[in-house]
This record gives sequence, C-alpha cells and structure tokens, in this order.
Amino acid sequence: MFGFFSKSFNKKTRGGEISATARIVVDGDSAVMQIAGVWLLSRRRTSVAKIQREITPEIKGLSFDTSGLKAYDSALICMLFRCYEVCSQYGISFDFDSLPEGPRELLRLAVAVPEADAAKKSEVRFNIINSLGTRAIRFADSMAESCGFVGEVTIAAFKALFGRARYRGSDLLAVMQATGPAALPIVALISFLVGLILAFVGAIQLAKYGSEIFVADLVGIAMCREMGAIMVGIVMSGRTGAAFAAELGSMKVNEEISAFRTFGISPIEFLVLPRIIALVLMFPLLTVFADVIGMLGGFVIGAGMFDISYDQYANRTLAALNIVQITTGVGKSLVFGIIVACIGCSMGLKCDNSSSGVGMATTSSVVHSITWIIVADAIFAVIFAIFDI
Amino acid sequence: MSVNAELQNVTAKLSVKNVSKTFDSAQGKVEALKDVSLAVGEGEFVCLVGPSGCGKSTLLNLVAGLEKPDCGQILVEDSPVTGPGRDRMVMFQEHALFPWLDVMGNVLFGLKLKPNLTDPERREVAKFYLHLVGLEKFERASIHELSGGMRQRVALARSLAPNPRILLMDETFGALDALTREQLYGEIQLIWEKRKKTILFVTHNIREAVCLGDRVVLFSPHPGRIVKTFDIELPRPRDINDPALTSHASEITSFLKNQFGRAVSE
Repeated sequence: MFGFFSKSFNKKTRGGEISATARIVVDGDSAVMQIAGVWLLSRRRTSVAKIQREITPEIKGLSFDTSGLKAYDSALICMLFRCYEVCSQYGISFDFDSLPEGPRELLRLAVAVPEADAAKKSEVRFNIINSLGTRAIRFADSMAESCGFVGEVTIAAFKALFGRARYRGSDLLAVMQATGPAALPIVALISFLVGLILAFVGAIQLAKYGSEIFVADLVGIAMCREMGAIMVGIVMSGRTGAAFAAELGSMKVNEEISAFRTFGISPIEFLVLPRIIALVLMFPLLTVFADVIGMLGGFVIGAGMFDISYDQYANRTLAALNIVQITTGVGKSLVFGIIVACIGCSMGLKCDNSSSGVGMATTSSVVHSITWIIVADAIFAVIFAIFDI
Repeated sequence: MSVNAELQNVTAKLSVKNVSKTFDSAQGKVEALKDVSLAVGEGEFVCLVGPSGCGKSTLLNLVAGLEKPDCGQILVEDSPVTGPGRDRMVMFQEHALFPWLDVMGNVLFGLKLKPNLTDPERREVAKFYLHLVGLEKFERASIHELSGGMRQRVALARSLAPNPRILLMDETFGALDALTREQLYGEIQLIWEKRKKTILFVTHNIREAVCLGDRVVLFSPHPGRIVKTFDIELPRPRDINDPALTSHASEITSFLKNQFGRAVSE
C-alpha cells in the first residue's frame, strides 16, 4: 500500500527538497503538531532532534494535525515514538486519538511493552585502551587454557606410560590407519613434487658453475633435514589436524564429551591420547617415506634433464647423507606430530556449541598448526646452529 | 558383587548451599546463579523451571560436577561434590549417545567401569535396563537406526545402568515431538517409582514440570536465583492433559506473569 504511495509521489518531489515536515504550534498550554508531506525513510525529513527540541516542558498536552500527511512508513512512527519518549519524560499528555488509525495502532504497539534490559544492545564505543586490555585479558585466558590442556595431556601420557590410561586399543588402531597408511598418496605426491622443484631450481643455478652433480646433495640434505618433516607437517595439519578438530568439535556439540565426563571418563585420555600416540608413531614413518620420495623426485630431474648418470646421482646422494641429517628431520617430525595432534584436539574440545563453531575450530586448527610448525622449525634451526649439528 | 546387589534401589539426598556462579562474556560478567540454596530429599522428583538464561542448567552442571561453583557448596549425602561421578548421571537435551557403539554397547559403557562385575553379569544388568525402557528387542541396533524417542530411551537406560543415586535431566524431552514426549512422561514416572532415584529435572515447560515433579522450583534471571517453590500434590501417575494439572500450571504461569510483567512461553 505504502509502496504505491511512494511511487506516485516520487515524480512530484525532488531528492534534495524536504518532502516531509512537522511543526509544533503552541497555543497556551496545548500544542498541535502539524505533520505534512511524504514521511518516507527514503526522503528528506525534518530532523527528529529539531522536533524534539520544540517540545518544551511548558506544554501540557500534545495533539496532532495530520491533514497534510500524504504518505508515511516507519519513518513517521519512529519520529512519533521519539516525541512520545520526550512527552513521557516531561509528563506531557500524548493525544493518540488525533492520529490516523494506522500510525496510532503501530505506536500503541511500540509503547505497549517496555524495552527489556537484556534486549538492548549496550553501546560500546571504540576505545584503544579498552580494546587493548580486552585483547590482553583474552590472550592471557587462552594461554592459561592451553597450559591447562598441555598439563592434562602430560598427566594422561604418564598414565598411559604406566598402562593406567583408559582408552580403547581399537580406537588407536583406527586413528593410526586413518593418519598413516591413508595419508601415503597425498604425502607421496607432495614430497615428490617438492623434490622435483628443489632439484630443478638448484640444478639451474648449479649448472652455471658446471656442478650439476651437487644437485643430489642439495635435494638429499634439504629433504631429510627440512622439507620432508615440514611437508608432512603441513599436509597432516590440513588433513588430520582439521579432522581431529571436526570430530571432537561435533562430539562436543552433541554433548558426547559431557557424557564421557559424567561417566567419570576423561575425554583427554579417551579421545585425545590415542590421537597423539597415533601421530607420534606415524609422523616419523611418514617423514622417512617423504624423504625417499622427495629424493626420487630430485633423481627424475637430475638424471632426466641434466647429464647425470643414475649411478653418479645415487652415489652422490649416499655420500651427502649421514645418520645425523636423517635423524634431525625425523626428530623434528615427532615434535610436529605432537603439535598437530594437540592443536587439532584442543580446538575441537574448546569449540562453541554450534555447527558454525565446528567450522571455526577446524579452520583455526589448521592455521595454528601450520604457524606453530614453522615456529618450531625456526627454533630447531637456531638450536642446531648453536650445537653445530 | 552379584547382579541383585547391583540392581538394588539406591537414592540420596542432595543439598545446594549458597551457591553462586559467574561467567565472563563479551558484555561483562553474567551472574548465572546468585546465592542459591536448595534441599532435595531422598527419592524426590524436583523440576527446575524458569525463562532461558536463569541459571537452571548451570545449577545442573554444578551438581553434575561438570563445572565448579565460585562459592558455596553442593553436598550429596553430606559429602561435597568435587567432580563428575557415577553417583550422579546426566541426561542431555541431545541424546549424546555414542554412535560408534550399538544400543547394548551404549548401555554397557557405564557398566564397563565397574570392576566388581563379570562380563555376563554386566550384560544381565544392561538387559534389565533395556527391558525397563522397553527396548530389549533392539539391543543389536545401531543408534542411527532408532527414532528420537527410542534414542532418548537408550540414553535413559545408559544413565540408569551404573545405578546412580541422583539423575540429572537437562531439558531431556525438549527435542522430541509432542506425542513421543507425552508417552515418555508416563514412562519416566513409572521408572522413577520403580527405581526411586532422586531426580533433578530442568525444563522451561511449566506443564511438563507440573506433570513430573513433586516440587516445582521457579528460577528468575539476572541474576539467577530461586523465586518460589510450588509443591505439587497430585496422585501419580499423572497425565499431562489432566485438568487438575492444568490448574496448577496456570497458577505458576500467572505467578510468572506477575513476577516478570510479561508472559513466559510455555
């Protein structure tokens, strides 16, 4: 209905002009508000603040003259509601009956139920100190939470060491199957390509000095010391860490986690521990696998595109590698495994009780895992440099 | 321990003394419970009613030991609650069954942790409870094959199986359709009379509370506290459509309306 009105008046008024007016005419004690024109949200109107200012405490009663009103929508109701608020503040009687039926009923509806305190959104102004403090407190809380989680996991791990932790062996095997053998294809693909890229980039540079043969050293050492473990870490944080967060998150939403706790079973022991054990066992194996496949990728480039014979490449690789280089990579992968499992599980366990919470937990698990893997790798690099490993 | 000893009725009295609990939220601190005291006798069925956000579920979690009160004490038979325990089982709004176990496995789950039973004895106990909830034919069914009402019955059997002294129910029937719910009202009353558990039942449905409870405890929000307690002295088993029950319910509803200035949805 109002749509029709607004269309018909569109042609008559231009955008810049004030198309809706409201004036207060005071006559002794009583005042009449003359409302005229097209009161639509899309048009320019007399400002509500200006009208409110015209209502003074000297007035005893406010009535309305709407003979000039041509069309209205919630803009009018909104203005009237603000005036009503001012009137009730000053104790001015508000003459509902002089309004046309539509606005009258809507306004009655608006003032019928007092606004609930809880429903009102409290206005929080941006304040740099305030928001800095809030963030600091939240950060401290989340650190405390993480410490608590690590502590619980440590206790559970010691229990497991003495065989007193309660989890199902079949769960452990299932997680191992899902995180180990099932991850082989993607790990193989990624590490093969990484080996290939390393060899290609390296060989082009080395060819300038005529020492393409050292591409075998480069690929072998880079894969074993760094890239094998990191690539497994990154693939697994996307593949497995996210899966852990989603699994535990949806269990939390279904209140299964609470159910475990009411049975007196620690979800850390029953759910988190087998996942950590599985990744700690699988990460080194996957890393060794990734190392071998990566070197194979390097071999394809070295032997295929540059003039290196199969024997030469293999001999050079074996000469470059020693047990220290292989164990540093494998050792790091153990730590990466713990990082991926702990972050995935803790994100799942502290997920919000909603389906969007599960999605958020999954996302932040991947982001946190990858970040911490790189940070841990940097720390390892410093440590290895100091101890000259 | 024999099966018969395991199946004996046990119950406990519960007392909540001056418990307060505050949560941090984006809008600042929220007082979920403020100085709440409640005494529940042995084998009593108490319903906690109130608008959402009045702390009734928080109280249930505190009694369950899933959360700790900021101050005050919760006593089960004079020993304070320090954490979750199998003497207080919780039933949730979602059935919270373990989907990787079948019906029998779910009911056995809590029994597995009782060291003084042999496996055949555990199965016997589990069958007893499955029979009690009328699902003895479905012991091999997996959870996703069951209807919502059947799932809640399995959840009930699973909660009863470790023979808790107190049963805590958090809007347990909230997610069910009306017909199934009415059927379960009858069954839960029968089971309660047979097993004589102390039950704390959280709901926002006043008729449901009047239908089930010996006592209806009314909560009000901001901060969460007990405003009034209504004793319901109607003969059992009660039917939710009974007019006498409706008059009790409308008494509580009108009290709520006066209290909060507006209707609280049933």
